[in-house]
Formats: sequence, structure tokens, C-alpha cells
Amino acid sequence: MFISMFNAVESGIIFAIMALGVYLSFRILDFPDLTVDGSFVTGAAVSALLIVNGMPTGVAIFAALLAGFIAGSITGLLNTKGKVNPLLSGILMMTALYSINLRIMGQSNIPLLNQDTFFTQLRSVFERLGIDQLLDQGLTTVGVERLPSTYSALIIMLLVTFMIKFITDYFLKTEVGLALRAIGDNEQMIRSFSANTDHLKVLGLGVSNGLVALSGGLYAQFTGFSDLNMGIGMIVIGLASVIIGESIVGTKTIGRTTLAVVVGAVIYRMVITLAIRSDFLDNGDTKLITALLVVLALVVPKVIETVKESSRKRKKRHALNQQVRRGA
Amino acid sequence: MLRVENLSVTFNEGTPDEKKALQDIQLELKQGDFVTVIGSNGAGKSTLMNMISGALFPDVGMIEINDQNVTTLREHKRAKQIGRVFQDPMAGTSPKMTIEENLAIAYARNKTRTLKPGSNKKRRELFKSELQRLHLGLEHRLSAKVGLLSGGERQALSLLMATFTQPDILLLDEHTAALDPSRAELITTLTGEIVAETGLTTLMVTHNMQQALDLGNRLIMMDKGQIILDIDGAKKQALTIEKLLQEFQRIRGKQMDNDRAILG
Repeated sequence: MFISMFNAVESGIIFAIMALGVYLSFRILDFPDLTVDGSFVTGAAVSALLIVNGMPTGVAIFAALLAGFIAGSITGLLNTKGKVNPLLSGILMMTALYSINLRIMGQSNIPLLNQDTFFTQLRSVFERLGIDQLLDQGLTTVGVERLPSTYSALIIMLLVTFMIKFITDYFLKTEVGLALRAIGDNEQMIRSFSANTDHLKVLGLGVSNGLVALSGGLYAQFTGFSDLNMGIGMIVIGLASVIIGESIVGTKTIGRTTLAVVVGAVIYRMVITLAIRSDFLDNGDTKLITALLVVLALVVPKVIETVKESSRKRKKRHALNQQVRRGA
Repeated sequence: MLRVENLSVTFNEGTPDEKKALQDIQLELKQGDFVTVIGSNGAGKSTLMNMISGALFPDVGMIEINDQNVTTLREHKRAKQIGRVFQDPMAGTSPKMTIEENLAIAYARNKTRTLKPGSNKKRRELFKSELQRLHLGLEHRLSAKVGLLSGGERQALSLLMATFTQPDILLLDEHTAALDPSRAELITTLTGEIVAETGLTTLMVTHNMQQALDLGNRLIMMDKGQIILDIDGAKKQALTIEKLLQEFQRIRGKQMDNDRAILG
């Protein structure tokens, strides 16, 4: 139980980077970008290919980011210069990327077993420094029996993801970032303040898919393989993370919303893991669970709001009635 | 400051819906001119505004701002020189962003947007002192989301955002038409104050004849895509609604058919 939850948090925190990318396109630009399903795999493919060819893991991760940026920019160009509907631009790009990803990998799956990845490197550093052993002892004393093989991935990915979160927060408050946010909110207005909305959309979609591909690149190194089909449904996972997070953590400020997205991604993984562990659900049910989660996250806050509001009104009526009675 | 020459545009040319929206418009605004534009629906007032702002492009003709030909310049490029307030109070601001962030967007109008923070301590002080002009207490609500403001407050903020960076031209497109009378009055007063203080070259479209008479130093009347009347200086001071209507009848040989313009 502890182990599977531990693993859920590990992968959740990697997926959180993808969810931040989805947040940028869906919420900030108000652009339903389906490129994500393809660009996640592009990131994984590029990073796996470079590692197999002996490039440093850092280079592989950066190249993944860049490849995603290019893919997203093309979606943006299709939409702004080609005047293709947003949804369709994303679908076209996602479809094209399927073939491109196969070209990049040369086969439908690249295993990274026995390869040096970012995560094996982290692990050996942690082991050398004795951090893993220390944490092992700590957990044993509180009574955990089966221990995770390493804490390096979780700790470093927490740092990396939060660093990306804070960079995103900063970016969205810069002059460019403010203009970007205005696009999803009031496009006519931002154009009347001399912003080139076409360029900004291309940039925004580029950054968004850059993050998605970065997440894909890291995930490939984390799980030890890149697979042509690993991106299927990624957009829904990203959306689910955004929506679940927003309904739990709230959206009062930008910083809070991006935190919500990260938390949402981790919670999503944990819920899915819990659900699959139960006796009557298996792997094939994850999509159904995802859909139900999103529905819950959308409906429950509304219901709570309605109940609160009607109870507030009832109390107010009651108080008024009392007053009238006392007056009479 | 602003020069419009032989500007013509026809919509849906060659179809039964063909409409000559602007016919050979000539217009020149001097630095500091405050021109009010009136005319009935379909007279071409908004089309003229959209041509000047770059939202639409003419079939023929030329537009010059500050001796620079901008006829083919795209909207966002021209926007460096043009401040604009729309009729819809929701159109000029970004509702999900705070007052401060909206002002920061407006502040970046005439410079290149960078990766530096949109607002800082110095700018915040500037925003506060500018907001005081509106007498609405918005300077104490910098971190409030603009979506929470009333229509009048939002339009006042739009007006401020359009003007405080000193654009070459200010375009006001029936910016009080969607507000209730008391809010419209407030925005009209603010417009008068701000234009007087900043000396901005202004073109204001309105349906309200009284407003057109009260504000500005020059009045233009449009009909069927043409400028049919252009009055300035002392002659404008002496104008009344009555005289304007007579003038329209004299020129067009018919009664003005727009109750809203007369009553509004």
C-alpha cells in the first residue's frame, strides 16, 4: 500500500509538469489544444533516442523540451496564420506527430534498460551520500515494512516541478505574461493595447507543449522506456489534474492556481492507483475513473455552493422572522 | 495629427446587400482637437472609427497619423499610437485580471513587452495616482479583479487605460451608450476632464446630441457614409439640438429619422 502510493506520487509529480502545460493552453490561452497527446510522446521519443545514442541525460531532457516547443508553435501557426479552428489545429498536429514520433524512434518502443538515465544517476548520488539509507531507517522506525527502492526521484522531481511552477508564476506576471493571460480573457482588448496576439499565441502554445514534452521526456527516463502509444489520453489526464486541483485548492491567485494544478496531478494519480487496487476494477477502467473524477470535480463544488447558499438564505430568513416576531 | 483622405469602403460589393459604408471621407484633426461625431444608425461613424484603428481596411484612401502613413498598418501596430474605448464596458478590460494587472497591460502599450515584471513599486504608485483622477476609490482596490467592478467603474477604468500613456489619438466609440444615465453622466464628465488635462487629440462617436454639443471644440455630422456637416469654434458653442435638426433637414431635405439621437 505504502509503496504503490509512493509510486503514484512519484509519477504524479512528473505528470504535474504536463498538467502545467495543459493549464497554459486551456486556461491561460483558452485554447483547447489536443497537440498534447502527441507532444508528450515526442518528448519521450527524443529523450529516449538521445540517451540510447549516448548523449548526457540533461541534454536529452532539454532536447525534449525544445521538440515540444516546436510542435506547439506549429499548432499555433496553423491556428493564427492558417486560420484553422483551434480544436482542429491540435487534432491535425497530434495526428501528424504520431508518424513523426515513429520516425524519431524508428520503432514503436525504445527500452532504456541498462541505460544511464537522469533517475539512475540521481539514485546513485543519493546512495553515495547515504540519503536513501537515512530515510529508510526513518521509515522503518515509524513501522513501514516494504520500503521504496529510492527517494531520489521523488525529492528531486518535487524540486524540479516546484521550480517550474515558480518560473511559470513569474512568467505570467511579466509584461509578456500579462498580455498572454489577457488573450484568453479578452482578445479584442489586448489587441487594442498593441499586443500581437498571433505571436503571443504561438509563443504560449510553444511553451505549453514544451512543458508537456519535458514531462514526457522525464517520464520516459523514469519508467525506462518510450512507447508510441504512451500519450493516448494524456490531454484528459492533464485536464483532469487542472480541474481536480482547481476545485480543491482554488484559483484565487496565479500562484495558487498553479499549485492547484500540481496538487491535482498528484491526487489524480493517487486516486487512480487506489481505484485499480480495489478488487472489482482493473487497468482498463482507468479512463472511466478519469471521466468520473472530472465530473465529480466539476459537479461537487457547485452542489456545495448551492447548499451553502440556501442554508445562508434560510438562516437570514429565520433571523428576520425572529426580528419581526419580537417587534410585534 | 490625424489626416484622412478620400477614404471609401463598400461592404458586400456586387451583392444585393451592397452598402457604401464610407464615401470619399476627408477629415483632418489638429493637435489637441476634440471632435464629436453624430449621425443616425448606419451613417458610417463606427466604420470610420474601425478604419482609423485598423480593425478594418479601406478600399481606397489614406490615413495618416502624426505625418506617418498608417493605411495598411495592422491594428496592433497602430495601437501604439491610438487609445480606444469601446461601447461595451466589458470590452476594454480583462475581467479575470486585477485592476493593477489591467493597468500594467495598458502601461506596456507603447513599448516592447519584455520578460520583466509587468508591475513594480514605481509603476504601482503611478497607477494609484492615475486612478485618483476617477474619484471612484479604485486606487484602494488595486488587487481586485476587474470582473467584480460595475459597468460604470469598468468603463471609467477603460477610459483611464486608453489615455494615461498619452496616445497620439483617442477614439471613443459611443463609450457611454451602454450605461445608465447617471453612470453615463459620470463617464462624460470624466472624459471632458481627462481630455482637457491631457490635451489628447480625440474623436468621439456618440448617439447623444446633447453630449456631442457639450463636449469638444468641433462637431461632425455623418449620413450615408459621408460627412455632411462640420462645425467648429464659436459656431459650435452656439449650436443647439434644434438647430442641428434644422441643419440636417436643410442638407438632406428630410427629417432625421432617429429618435434615439434626439432623445438620448
